[in-house]
Amino acid sequence: MSIFLNENSKVIVQGITGSEGTKHTARMLRSGTNIVGGVNARKAGQSVEIEGNQLPVFGSVEEAMKETGADVSVVFVPPKFAKDAVIEAIDAEIGLAVVITEGIPVHDAAYFWAHANATGNRTRIVGPNCPGVISPGKSNSGIIPADITAGGKIGLVSKSGTLTYQMMYELRDIGFSTCVGIGGDPVIGTTHIDALRAFEDDPETEAVVMIGEIGGDAEERAAEYIKANISKPVVGYVAGFTAPEGKTMGHAGAIVSGSSGTAQAKKEALEAAGVKVGKTPSETAKLMRSIIND
Amino acid sequence: MDLYEYQAKEIFAAHGIPTLPGSVATDPNGAKAVAEELGGPVVVKAQVKAGGRGKAGGVKLAENPDEARTKAEAILGLDIKGHTTRRVLVTEASDIADEYYLSFLLDRANRNFLAMASVEGGMEIEEVAATKPEALARIPIDPIEGVDQAKAREIVEAAKFPAEIADQVSDIVVQLWEAFVAEDATLFEINPLVKDPQGKVIALDGKVALDDNASFRQSKQAEYVDEGAEDPLEAKAKAKDLNYVKLDGQVGIIGNGAGLVMSTLDVVAYAGADHDNVKPANFLDIGGGASAEVMAAGLDVILGDPDVKSVFVNVFGGITACDAVANGIVQALKMLGDEATKPLVVRLDGNNVEEGRRILAEADHPLVTLVDTMDGAADKAAELAAGK
Repeated sequence: MSIFLNENSKVIVQGITGSEGTKHTARMLRSGTNIVGGVNARKAGQSVEIEGNQLPVFGSVEEAMKETGADVSVVFVPPKFAKDAVIEAIDAEIGLAVVITEGIPVHDAAYFWAHANATGNRTRIVGPNCPGVISPGKSNSGIIPADITAGGKIGLVSKSGTLTYQMMYELRDIGFSTCVGIGGDPVIGTTHIDALRAFEDDPETEAVVMIGEIGGDAEERAAEYIKANISKPVVGYVAGFTAPEGKTMGHAGAIVSGSSGTAQAKKEALEAAGVKVGKTPSETAKLMRSIIND
Repeated sequence: MDLYEYQAKEIFAAHGIPTLPGSVATDPNGAKAVAEELGGPVVVKAQVKAGGRGKAGGVKLAENPDEARTKAEAILGLDIKGHTTRRVLVTEASDIADEYYLSFLLDRANRNFLAMASVEGGMEIEEVAATKPEALARIPIDPIEGVDQAKAREIVEAAKFPAEIADQVSDIVVQLWEAFVAEDATLFEINPLVKDPQGKVIALDGKVALDDNASFRQSKQAEYVDEGAEDPLEAKAKAKDLNYVKLDGQVGIIGNGAGLVMSTLDVVAYAGADHDNVKPANFLDIGGGASAEVMAAGLDVILGDPDVKSVFVNVFGGITACDAVANGIVQALKMLGDEATKPLVVRLDGNNVEEGRRILAEADHPLVTLVDTMDGAADKAAELAAGK
């Protein structure tokens, strides 16, 4: 088992003909993902050859789903067109839409999130501004390097891409059931809580690493959720203790505003919920290792 | 991006919200000229992106143009919470019968927008929220449905605005929402919204924050950038399209990915506790690519920071291979030549790390120390910055 993504997932790529879309489609194919096609309304009916595969290009997500049975879409569409692309995926009721695109205006993200809510939340949205989801050895939807680690029993949910890779690397001998990069924007679809809930229900996952960073209160809310609902061990890491107030640190959502969104508050909330929080990524990996080896 | 009060009020006025006439000035004579044009008493207000301007002596009443000049002279150059005042806004002085509060903002937790309104105006809204939460109406706004007259009425009634100004305030609520959406804002705040003795409702002071991600469709955002107030190193980094934030420590930081770089700053600060309390000097995320050009541009900015004593390059090869990063570092040092004068501690891990480390070992640059772990490298960089 794994969460959100498994060996049966059929993946399409929105924006497959763009440079990022093509590059990462090739990487996803090399890591064994079953990519069944792409979407670009202007190139509908054509096909693209990527890594020796002839992939059909469809005019819409709906058409791609009808023709291929796709249940996952990875979105590489540029910021200007991303809102329409995500709404198209939602309207087609695809099971999972992984939005990689960085730089989507927050009004657009709030709009497509509201649209998902208004239409019954039939599509799980991951991102935007995220590295994607990988169930190692099974499927890879996004830009997470597939060769860091094999499948295993740790679940990982993180706001940050490179910290996800770092943690996968530190614990590569144990392996991961699924790693979910939820993204660093102020408005995202899937949250820490959604991933924790799914990991709790996943028999393959024994313990969860949760990586957070400054900005908002998602980690605090996740802490409350863990306390009330999660029986599996969770270790945490929070980045941004030294970030100054009022400055955006790389991710659009990574900002301490006044006294809210600080790393210290997040760490304290997690610890109060019984989560062991590492001071550095390596220390966090050590905490997880001792739980698994116990 | 946060705007100055005068920019916020220009946006309000452009969207039909009543404001008082006035203009911005950068020197005392300019302030006098604005006062002459307005006629009558004026208020001279420091334009800084910080609260508490009144208490800091940054807001003064002037009865006539000459007084506006002297008041502006006193205010210009004033340091308000670390911000130097370089402009003043000169507006008509207004008699105030009553003060209120009105705002729209992004509500991250609920992933929608929030209207906040109160008839307890004139103080910091955090104070109202803390001391009289019942006096602050909070109405969630659906991003698709937005705010029409009916929603505006709901907000006005929830906040208990007096009946005689309900129509005026409702109109302002709708206009403020339309402006909030049109400008791709994350905060639009009017505080205070005032009623003058004639019963007219006016936006007296305002705060606006805009979404940088929307700059591709908000061409005016470029005009709001205040180049003179930017840190010179931040301005240099921006010109090179680098994601850089200046901090006040001694260890320069370059890394790939926002989360990893934030984490690197923290790890350096912890290591610094054992080495004269040295701290990270900056945030610099060179992104996934990490090409030689970007590495060189990043090193150039960091080595140009006189506070920097050592540099920590922390890269996890995910999409980028470590050999490409190592080549980037070697070439960057070549490109910089004699400009590169400070010790570099490099930690590489991930994709193709063996080859990356081999390239750096072979180049054997006298300034470069290779350390295998992030924590170990942070300690080495802190030690070098402390000069021990």
